[in-house]
Amino acid sequence: MSTTFGVIVFPGSNCDHDAYHALKHVLGVETRFVFHKETDLSGIDAIIVPGGFSYGDYLRSGAIARFSPVMQAVSEFAAKGGPVIGICNGFQILLESGLLPGAMLHNAQLRFTCKQVYLKTETHDTLFTSDIPAGKILQVPVAHGEGNYYADADTLKNLEDNDQIVFRYVGPNGEEDNAWNPNGAIGNIAGICNEKRNVLGMMPHPERAMESLLGSTDGKFIFESMLRNLVSA
Amino acid sequence: MFKANINVTLRKSILDPKGKAANAALQNLGYSNIKDVRIGKFIELNIDAANESAARDAAKEACEKLLANEVMEDFTIEILQTA
Repeated sequence: MSTTFGVIVFPGSNCDHDAYHALKHVLGVETRFVFHKETDLSGIDAIIVPGGFSYGDYLRSGAIARFSPVMQAVSEFAAKGGPVIGICNGFQILLESGLLPGAMLHNAQLRFTCKQVYLKTETHDTLFTSDIPAGKILQVPVAHGEGNYYADADTLKNLEDNDQIVFRYVGPNGEEDNAWNPNGAIGNIAGICNEKRNVLGMMPHPERAMESLLGSTDGKFIFESMLRNLVSA
Repeated sequence: MFKANINVTLRKSILDPKGKAANAALQNLGYSNIKDVRIGKFIELNIDAANESAARDAAKEACEKLLANEVMEDFTIEILQTA
């Protein structure tokens, strides 16, 4: 049976088609949209919670989406070990859902930031990062106004201790300097996973770094890792 | 009926970039006696409840579940009787 990806669609999602295109057309993977009112995820092997402005970002980014019918199903899917990747607004939704720890503040510089960033992979021990070459710095774009990841000291220590910090913002040659952090995120954190390592949240958009025409194909490493791990599972 | 006046603010330990920007603008306008600005949200709920305590419980639950994110925000609740 072929691997099938599900891309969640909320009112206000705007990277759902990018994610669909990346998987279906670039990687040739069976992919279907899953609407926010759906609750049946049977037949789906991996979930993408895409970027955008679900429910208009009213109240807080991701706060309303969290209670949509599909997110109850996604929580159950994740609890059973199903792989879930939340990108940008998807990351915010996973934080609000409690599937990942911490919260998202407004960018420290108060501007919506849309640009290429560079990512260091801090752990290859996830199904999302296992096939990223060692030492490879990924070039992936960000586009967000609220990507300033925050966690209190205890939560941060837990993340460090459990090897849950997946990506940090660095320079193009791996320079570890706050100057490369696009939003003020604590510890230059760009992506984290849960303790069970099957849920990843990241602010940068790997689905927009799939074709050289768009400046980078580094996003492929993440989806190809997922695919290979799903097939061999 | 009761009215709940709810204030949601970023926790004291968390930098408030909007407040900082507003403070900088106030300083530019010459309000040197204003020392700090914190910006939050004001939320008003109309609650049908038997008494003030029940209304407060309902408002508190709404804050904990949805209206505030306690990872980064604090909230205060004031209950007023409206009818």
